[in-house]
Amino acid sequence: MPDARTIELRGGAVAFKVLAAGGGAPLVYFHSYYERSAWSPFLDHLARSFSVLAPSHPGVAGSTGVETLEDLLDLTLAYDELLTALGVERAHLVGHSFGGMAAAELAAVFPSRARSLTLVSPLGLWRDDAQPADILILPADELAAVLWRDPASPVAVEWGVGMGGDPDDIAAQVESLQRRSSMAKFAWPIPDKGLHRRLHRIAAPTLLVWGDADRANPVVYAEEWQRRIKGAALRLLPGGHMVLHEAPEAAARAVAELAGS
Amino acid sequence: MKICFFHLMPYRFLPDDFERTYRSVWVDVPHHLHDADKTRGLYQEFLDELEFAEAQGFDGLCVNEHHNNAYGLMPSPNLMAAALTRRTSKAALVVLGNSLAAYNPPLRVAEEFAMLDLLSGGRLVAGFPVGTSMDMNFAYGINPATLRDRYYEAHDLVIQAWTRPDVFAFNGKYTQVRYANIWPQPLQKPHPPVWIPGGGSVETWEWTAKLDYVYCYLSYFGYKRGRATMDGFWEAIARVGADDNPFRAGFLQLVCVSETDAQAERDYFPHVHYFYQKCLNVWEGFAEAPGYRTVKTVQSGTRAQVGAAARKARQSLDWGQYVDQGYVIAGSPATVRQQLTECIRSLRVGHLMVLLQIGSMPKELAFKNTELFAREVMPHIRDEWSGYKDRWWPSGAA
Repeated sequence: MPDARTIELRGGAVAFKVLAAGGGAPLVYFHSYYERSAWSPFLDHLARSFSVLAPSHPGVAGSTGVETLEDLLDLTLAYDELLTALGVERAHLVGHSFGGMAAAELAAVFPSRARSLTLVSPLGLWRDDAQPADILILPADELAAVLWRDPASPVAVEWGVGMGGDPDDIAAQVESLQRRSSMAKFAWPIPDKGLHRRLHRIAAPTLLVWGDADRANPVVYAEEWQRRIKGAALRLLPGGHMVLHEAPEAAARAVAELAGS
Repeated sequence: MKICFFHLMPYRFLPDDFERTYRSVWVDVPHHLHDADKTRGLYQEFLDELEFAEAQGFDGLCVNEHHNNAYGLMPSPNLMAAALTRRTSKAALVVLGNSLAAYNPPLRVAEEFAMLDLLSGGRLVAGFPVGTSMDMNFAYGINPATLRDRYYEAHDLVIQAWTRPDVFAFNGKYTQVRYANIWPQPLQKPHPPVWIPGGGSVETWEWTAKLDYVYCYLSYFGYKRGRATMDGFWEAIARVGADDNPFRAGFLQLVCVSETDAQAERDYFPHVHYFYQKCLNVWEGFAEAPGYRTVKTVQSGTRAQVGAAARKARQSLDWGQYVDQGYVIAGSPATVRQQLTECIRSLRVGHLMVLLQIGSMPKELAFKNTELFAREVMPHIRDEWSGYKDRWWPSGAA
């Protein structure tokens, strides 16, 4: 089981709950805002080769600061402050979906922070002809069909939020609302906050990982990222937008290969 | 008692299969369903109906703001109010209102409301809604996380623009103006009365109570279901230690008057049904952007007026259910008088707003409803709350 600690920044205006496990070179993981749990099998795999640090984004799983953080840039500055507080100068950065956008921002604004950068179906770019699904607002049943390659698979079913009225369901619905409300602060109404103007600053070796059946953030975006980050490679894996949880071992192996290269 | 005629300006020509074929009347309602030649005529009808209401003796005429939507063809209520300033002379013009966060800079609202106040000879009520999530977060793209904060800041700027004696600098988080100085200033001093239309959020009750404004609950679910919300408001009033003057409150009620109860059903059922089934057919995903309401409000149990839960509640309602559940107060003058009195007293509401043009109702029928209401109902409820002073009524209105 990972260790948990809470790091307060800015006199308590922002606090990150950070899970940590493993040993080796530091690796910081930025989650998608859509996981039900801050730790996952993907991180277990990574922890065999890296010292994994997994902060939760503000607003979920014990992290706070949605109200005080201004916008995505402010969140990026807070993550820079968090790395300083953790004593991490450089790390392998891995991010999924919104977390991919956050990791890319960090690597663009503070290029020296990233030893390598793995972006798993990152949000952050926009094409009128291939719009990402509006995952912030989809009702639960429609959301599952968009996020998972197979919404009937055990991992997807376990993730699902019951729409019933019993206390567990209601707690899960409130939690889902909190996740989406928090992400909306940084990504509403379109998750393009100018990243394309900054991506050229990224200096670290970069890998894009995409699910071949991603219905939330179509795989055409991989080309957009590759066009903007020099030398970025692409690895397609069998899965949907939640490919990290559908193919955790293969995804972790891809990260390790990049880090070792 | 003040009685106002409220108009939503609904598009009357949605296809019969609308609610089965299209997911939402709001936000992404396709505009191939809109016939501009029809709307050209509708605007004249709607203005005729509002002017007729003044002639029939209504105290105020209410217009409001909505976007991307077929249930209210009024993205700019100020234009409608401006048209009314020239053809009316006594009624209050209740603009409910301008969604402050949507204006950049919000000084635009201070300016246009000042113009309306001058044009109308001091008959303006200035309404400041936060705005629905469909309008603000979806149609206008405003971040739900900061909507309320923007709204509060915009409110402060508008009030300062109306009341500060000199040019001032406004260094806000969302608006920075080095030289705030609106010309012209409003006619009413210190400024037009402020009414806050709300949908039942806890934050709005407390804020409205503290600032001594009128709180208006624009409900489509009728006075029986409106009770919890208005009770919440009155509790907030008690918490801040203000008096319980009923003129602090406004409430919107759908009303249908006919010769008899049975005739009311024959006259009005298709139009009421059109309103509830088509005009409120909002896709669940658009009902509320994540973060539009605080967790505090969500946990207080107030439900959204549209979306999945609301749809379930009003699905396949027949006339009896619309009436029994209080969505609509309908029937003979005697029936309407009795229920409306109950509504006014149980909610403790001094500013009653009635929706008499409903859904697909054509002009002749809207006139019938308006005339019967004015002649057979209004005189009987006029004297409610006669012991209280209405401190929130525009000074230029009769």
